[in-house]
Amino acid sequence: MAITTEPAAPTTDPPQQPPAPATPAAPAKESSAAPAKESPDAPANAAAKDGWQLNSPLVLTMVLLLVVLAQGPIRQALSAPVMQSWMTVFVAVVVQALPFLVLGVLLSAAIAVFVPPTFFARALPNNPVLAVPVAGMAGAILPGCECASVPVAGALVRRGVTPAAAIAFLLSAPAINPIVLTATAVAFPRNPEMVLARFAGSLLVACAMGWLWQRIGRTDWLRLPAHEPHEGETKGAAFWGSVRHDVMQAGGFLVLGAMSAATLKAVAPASWLRTAADNPVVAILALSILAVLLSICSEADAFVAASLTQFSLTAKLAFLVVGPMIDLKLFAMQAGTFGRGFALRFAPATFVLAIAGAVVTGAVLL
Amino acid sequence: MNRQAQAAVLFLVGAALLHAGFTNLYLRYVKAGLQPLLLLSGAVLIVTALATAWYEWRRTQAEKAHAEAHTEAPVEAHTEAHAEAHPEGDVAEDDAHAGHVHREPRISWLLILPLFALILVAPPALGSYSAVRTGTALQQPYGLLKLPDSNPLTLGLVDYASRAVYDHGRSLGTRQLKVTGFVALDRSGAPFLVRMALNCCAADAQPVKIALTGKIPPVLQPDTWLEITGTYSPKQTKDPINNRPIPYFQVTQAKPIPTPKDPYDESWNQ
Repeated sequence: MAITTEPAAPTTDPPQQPPAPATPAAPAKESSAAPAKESPDAPANAAAKDGWQLNSPLVLTMVLLLVVLAQGPIRQALSAPVMQSWMTVFVAVVVQALPFLVLGVLLSAAIAVFVPPTFFARALPNNPVLAVPVAGMAGAILPGCECASVPVAGALVRRGVTPAAAIAFLLSAPAINPIVLTATAVAFPRNPEMVLARFAGSLLVACAMGWLWQRIGRTDWLRLPAHEPHEGETKGAAFWGSVRHDVMQAGGFLVLGAMSAATLKAVAPASWLRTAADNPVVAILALSILAVLLSICSEADAFVAASLTQFSLTAKLAFLVVGPMIDLKLFAMQAGTFGRGFALRFAPATFVLAIAGAVVTGAVLL
Repeated sequence: MNRQAQAAVLFLVGAALLHAGFTNLYLRYVKAGLQPLLLLSGAVLIVTALATAWYEWRRTQAEKAHAEAHTEAPVEAHTEAHAEAHPEGDVAEDDAHAGHVHREPRISWLLILPLFALILVAPPALGSYSAVRTGTALQQPYGLLKLPDSNPLTLGLVDYASRAVYDHGRSLGTRQLKVTGFVALDRSGAPFLVRMALNCCAADAQPVKIALTGKIPPVLQPDTWLEITGTYSPKQTKDPINNRPIPYFQVTQAKPIPTPKDPYDESWNQ
């Protein structure tokens, strides 16, 4: 078959790129990795048009084979301390988040396939203004971090839940569930009011975002994958099809987010935080931005916040409210689940409202 | 990526998670408590891969039968056309920039990156590079447990540091102590013994440092794991990165040891 020569040219690219520079910087690696994985697909499609039978299993096999063959040079190129540290954090974020992602995907597939849409119509108040806080409170029963809530919220919208309520659920679930609140209590043994402040602040912002969507949100911003049930498809096929699709898509975006978080952790200097702590306003902003960039799991972020001892409690609260609602990996996953147009509008609004909510809650409770 | 390739990637990612979970590999990246969830999700991914492969096989069988029963056209061409007519739901979104039809989001290709990283490279736990770039994360303990009477007393590095700084060594006195950690050298070359403390995964790991004095081996390589024996030292220094206290340790003997099973200190989780 002559086709084997066709993919060889593009696919030799990615494995040979890392060895070329002796100590590649982390961002360079990231930017080279993304197109490297995309490029085999493009010729595949071009080839398919010409009648070539070049398909993704073949490309996948070639990539796997080439990387295994070239593993010596690849390992050598990745032995610089900054690359090692980058890869450790990258793998850690993915390995830590995948179980929760799988949990969320299973739950979302179960909602999509086994729970009839009428259930949500009955469970939620008809009035969307009331449905928002009810859905926000319902977030307390999803035990997990933010990776689980994105696919579940997507399934809720597909099941006919009003987007405003689904958004309130999406934002509140990772922050106010018992596991996260317990972790917060453990991390702040001397400030138990922090738990209450986190709960109240997160719920407040989640509801505010839901109501905001109710007022100005437009459904055409949402681009939900249809998941149309094929006629004749059994429930089992629909369930596993949904699991497969969500893991592949959300997982891809998770990898993207993990790469940016690892880049920040490996290359950004920690010393700028010290200067930021001196000014109360800058401190709140700095920790909010840090929460977005670090993309830490909401079950662990309280410990990181507690370790930032030079910052005020309100700044730490902002870190805890912003982090589970919007961060790099969440943005990537939201873009994948709800569409880019939605994520681009939703992320800045969430960021601003989350800071405002944290400041107000902090002023009242802390 | 079509469904067969997806099944392969799901299977490989699931297998990689199981591999990491059953060996001690996962301890380099996440806390020990995550092991059951890790194994469970690995198994779910493998089941998903098998289910995908099975339904895909049934679909092609059904289409073949359908094609043979209803048309004279070559089977190959018909199944191809049928497959093209069944694009996944998000084609519209992901192809907004590329004008052609392909069936699944390209972003899925990124999933093979962690696969390579985990199976081929298996990067080590965070070491001296991260430790010298981050300030010591020593926190005041809620309370100190009574120490056992063994001699020498084996003590966690974090435990030693908090007793030395916040209890001024009262519970340590002049006892012989054994502490384990890895070596990190600051810019001036001064040696520290470090343990990364972890709450959830390596992304939130933070170093706790103790400075070494006394009989230090003349040549210290960063990232070497040492078991040091010695006594409490009242001397303290400040971490230049965040101005937090770093206690000293009076070394009488230093012995290189292999990397421990769990390289992180997880005492904050308990």
